[in-house]
Amino acid sequence: MSKITPEALKHLAKLARLELTEAELAMYATQLEIILDSVDKIREVAAGDVKPMSHAVGLTNVFREDVIRPSLDRAEVLSQAPATEANRFRVPRILNED
Amino acid sequence: MSEDLTTFSAQQLAAKIKNKDVTASEVTQAHFDRIEKLDKKIESFLYLDKAAALEQAKRVDKKVAKNETLSPLAGVPLALKDVMTQRGVPTTCGSKILENWRPPYDSTVVKRLKENDVIILGKVNMDEFAMGSSTENSAYQKTKNPWDLSRIPGGSSGGSSAAVASFFAPLAIGTDTGGSIRQPAAVCGIVGTKPTYGTVSRYGLIAFASSLDQAGPITRSVMDAALLNEVIAGYDPLDSTSINQSTASLVAAANTKDLKGMKIGVIKELGGEGWQEGVVANFNQSIETLKQLGAEVVEISLPHSLYALAVYYLIAPSEASSNLARFDGMRYGLRVGDNGEKDVEAVMNLTRAQGFGPEVKRRIILGTYALSTGYYDAYYGQAQKVRGLIAEDFKAAFEKVDVLVSPTSPTTAWKLGERVDNPLAMYLADLATLPPSLAGVPAISVPIGLAKEDQMPVGLQIIAPAMQDHKNYQVASAIEAAQGGLLIDQIKDLASLV
Repeated sequence: MSKITPEALKHLAKLARLELTEAELAMYATQLEIILDSVDKIREVAAGDVKPMSHAVGLTNVFREDVIRPSLDRAEVLSQAPATEANRFRVPRILNED
Repeated sequence: MSEDLTTFSAQQLAAKIKNKDVTASEVTQAHFDRIEKLDKKIESFLYLDKAAALEQAKRVDKKVAKNETLSPLAGVPLALKDVMTQRGVPTTCGSKILENWRPPYDSTVVKRLKENDVIILGKVNMDEFAMGSSTENSAYQKTKNPWDLSRIPGGSSGGSSAAVASFFAPLAIGTDTGGSIRQPAAVCGIVGTKPTYGTVSRYGLIAFASSLDQAGPITRSVMDAALLNEVIAGYDPLDSTSINQSTASLVAAANTKDLKGMKIGVIKELGGEGWQEGVVANFNQSIETLKQLGAEVVEISLPHSLYALAVYYLIAPSEASSNLARFDGMRYGLRVGDNGEKDVEAVMNLTRAQGFGPEVKRRIILGTYALSTGYYDAYYGQAQKVRGLIAEDFKAAFEKVDVLVSPTSPTTAWKLGERVDNPLAMYLADLATLPPSLAGVPAISVPIGLAKEDQMPVGLQIIAPAMQDHKNYQVASAIEAAQGGLLIDQIKDLASLV
């Protein structure tokens, strides 16, 4: 049985960069517990030596020659940005003064 | 006009255009006319790209006039799921965080469609970031099932399935992570294919769970699905998981219609108790049809498929929590709270809080939890291992049979609103489609009649080994032919809409 406290959930939301309201925190805490209980049964499977799987035909490490290719059009990319300045993305302050 | 151009299959339309019976412009216009008249009831399209589509149709007509060689689907209209980037065309992924975003590049699927002169009519609705089984998680509108407007069209590719089932386009692109092509196709009474993972490029497919996401066709006939699958599949160096090897001809397989010597396995774990009566009844009847067509049918157990739901709801949210980190309000899309005072982290928190809907937030938190220190081995790591066991079950089964079958979904289309407050009930719709997704193998859903109790469509899922997609098309087209006429033609007149 997994137990998710509102404090633990607050921490997860911070890691995920999600500002959650108190009502959302309460709702997700309940729902996550239900979901986690239902997925908990995978722990009962003995899978000690099994190789983790992620591709249909087991493709791994694909390499290519390091050649110069055209990139996206700068003006077109910047036209979709929330804010730009001097041909660059303009972003909010990254460092705090204190 | 004596004949309604929207009622023909893609194959028929391509032939008519090639033979100069009709022009691609007329075909395109006829589909826009129907959409403009009836889509206010279905709400499948999010954006109509009318000028560009008619322009593209004109170019096809010029090629026809000059007797140039044409692609097998040249001039045929298509509805594109809004998860695929198309240069300069709004691409929202069903989310407010990407509202008004116009991508600066084409996805490989779009590039291939354009190169093959397929006419892209516009973008269709979906669950936000493809998370859902009813399309009700879209931030924009609730799409309806044309068989019964009070019911869901399935999801996450519900805009694609509803558009094709409403004869707004003979072709649509969907994407499938845990069943998002097959389940909407099944509940709308049409055909949907999830190809072998790695055969259709993911470049420009906005990522949900990268190790599972796969684009594929949603159509009214098996042959149309085969034709579209061949257009979009192929090696792409821009997708590092793309397989550099081709499958046998899908169109040839869809023409076979004979199952002599084929061995088919019924998956023991998928069906029976808890499954809707009409779904099970139609499934059992389709097994009899397969036998009559010459196939040998045996029962096969996939013991670990019982864990598929648990495995999927750990792996998919984990990958999603990582993939969706890119929506930070810095380079494109929504930005909230940037008043010159707030720092970058505060702006990100506010942007994501306002831009994402409840299901997306739920899965991001679940994924963050499953990947966090102390839980990684118990949840994500263990899920990846059990996924390996599920894949091994399939490998063992395919040593005994050519293909496996199950019902596509445990129920027919449910009523709008019925499961929105119960995420777990919503997840159960994927019970049968998840195991092949996790194993990376190809699967198709083909209609097998209406359930007796609610007169809603039921789908048969056929599953083949990796890279043997042609076997799915062979079995699906045999079943389709044995039913003598397409199920969806029953609502050709769209009585529910007019």
